[in-house]
Amino acid sequence: MAVLLTKKARLLVQGITGHQGQFHTRAMLDFGTKVVAGTSPGKGGTKVESVPVFDSVDEAVAKKRANASIVFVPAPYTKDAVIEAIEGDLKLVVVITERIPFHDTLEFVPFARTKGVSVIGPNCPGIITPGESKAGIMPSQIFKPGDAGVISRSGTLTYEIVNAMTQAGFGQSTCIGIGGDPIIGTNTVEALAIFQKDRKTKRIVVVGEIGGTAEEEAAEFIQKHVTKPVVAYVAGRTAPPGKRMGHAGAIIQGNRGTAESKVKAFNDAGVPVAEYPGDIAKLLAST
Amino acid sequence: MKFLEYKAKSIFARYGIPVPHGVVVARPEEIRNAPLPCMVKAQVLIGGRGKAGGIKPAETLDEARAVSREILGMDINGYKVKQVYLEERLDIERELYLSFTIDRSAREPLLMASATGGVEIESLPHEQIFMEHVPALIGLQPYVLRMLGKFLGLQGLVAEQVADVTQKAYELFRKEDAELVEINPLVVTKAGKVVAGDAKLVVDDNAEYRHLEYAKLDQDRTALEEEAHEKGITFIQLDGDIGVIANGAGLTMSTLDVLNLKGGKGGTFLDLGGTDDPEKVAQAFELLIKANPAVILLNIFGGITKADTVALGVKKALEVMHADVPVVARIKGVNEAQAKEILRGVGMYPAETMEEAAELAVKVKKGAA
Repeated sequence: MAVLLTKKARLLVQGITGHQGQFHTRAMLDFGTKVVAGTSPGKGGTKVESVPVFDSVDEAVAKKRANASIVFVPAPYTKDAVIEAIEGDLKLVVVITERIPFHDTLEFVPFARTKGVSVIGPNCPGIITPGESKAGIMPSQIFKPGDAGVISRSGTLTYEIVNAMTQAGFGQSTCIGIGGDPIIGTNTVEALAIFQKDRKTKRIVVVGEIGGTAEEEAAEFIQKHVTKPVVAYVAGRTAPPGKRMGHAGAIIQGNRGTAESKVKAFNDAGVPVAEYPGDIAKLLAST
Repeated sequence: MKFLEYKAKSIFARYGIPVPHGVVVARPEEIRNAPLPCMVKAQVLIGGRGKAGGIKPAETLDEARAVSREILGMDINGYKVKQVYLEERLDIERELYLSFTIDRSAREPLLMASATGGVEIESLPHEQIFMEHVPALIGLQPYVLRMLGKFLGLQGLVAEQVADVTQKAYELFRKEDAELVEINPLVVTKAGKVVAGDAKLVVDDNAEYRHLEYAKLDQDRTALEEEAHEKGITFIQLDGDIGVIANGAGLTMSTLDVLNLKGGKGGTFLDLGGTDDPEKVAQAFELLIKANPAVILLNIFGGITKADTVALGVKKALEVMHADVPVVARIKGVNEAQAKEILRGVGMYPAETMEEAAELAVKVKKGAA
């Protein structure tokens, strides 16, 4: 069984009529994802890529039995969309939208947890289970089915690493782009716990970056609870303190969040850390 | 978005948090009145100004002018002092610490307080810091304020005022989309008044659209960074000489790291994001060229981004700018071959992988390629 997202997922695209929504609906359909419905307030009754569009999540769920959603709506309306999805009883909500004020995330992420809903993101490339389903914006062609679970705070850097993995013969069980924001729905530790349980996953790749203490907490969790081999990469070794490196989460404040501290924590937990992104594949070969 | 002390205090005052009287000036000649005796405080977006000599007392207006003259233009940890704040001097009985931040791991706002204020919170032993998470959906409950008062050893009117300030600071934290609200020290005066001695406020950049009045605030950006911000481009100037441009924050950081491992040093962090709009690419390149790098290193992993469109943007920018700076480019994505053709046509150095590109950039810089 794949994690979080399987071929059983009946996906709803929130914000399906926007440029991104349309484009990725096509790409997800091509990948084999069951995109069953879309929402766009005021545009109910129309179709996008032959997917029926509804005015609300409730209608989409009632008529098309959607059980997961991907959110493309612009940042000012994302909180509304996510809460609507949670109240609509969708079990997985993938938030692609970037630049969401984190005070909004501080509300919808804990709310999702109280309702037993998994949120991925915001500000993420989504989730993909090669050979089964994709709820995301990642380029499909670089993935292939396999037994490595991938957890990443980044988008294109993940593609870089996954591409090298696939070329070296390491396919992926599921790849979760957890997102680059300070507050995210599914964090590194939670993603590790999911992969540790998943029978299809035999090894795990963690792609971290500077800022926060997610990698340090992950290292601690790995030491205590993860029996599968884990390899890691940490971006931002040369980033100067106090400068936000693009992601809202990627900033070194005081002595917290440095790459050195993360690499050390991983090493102490017996997790080899790749110097170059391309080396992840080599490290996997020795697991 | 960071705020200078005087600006932060004006926002604190709007929320009903007591702050001392003060006036802000950019030139000593502007000083016509001040709450005497006063403290003259350098207004810079960085801490440690007291130690650097950026805070000094003055008894008279003449003295205030003289001290201001000294402090204005001063360099404090790399920040030039452009304004001073002349503030009423407080009769201090004791100094407390109070702040709201977010705890990423707990995914909740975090209230921190200490009976020892006026020092860096990191320097205090753990047991001297009161820490309590506040669920954003629930808000700050009165029992937390009672616990806080007890922890700080406060009683009567002072306890009431501190509780009130804490409640208002939390309201400000949430309504203003703050990353940090810090009052250090929170002063208890000899007269038993609770006043914010200092004020630190950082507001989430992503919430700028909800606080347009802050968009014009002077941030610690270079002129080029400011230009990039206005154009909506993520751009940071660094101290190396190789201009790095990539797509995605993680990949851009990683490209800088790889370049460093290959013996080069990045002079820019420019994240092109998910765009392949030639106009946007051209704008980004214009910024890059203005930063005057010895070499430009372009690293694009475009799964969906069209490589040839990016290449066209690069070509256009170089032509428009009449720039002869060498460009090492690695572009993966749709129409990769066409992209390489376009790049070669304008004398650029194409590379296959990120490592190869970084190596080549270092070589080109040394004139060895």
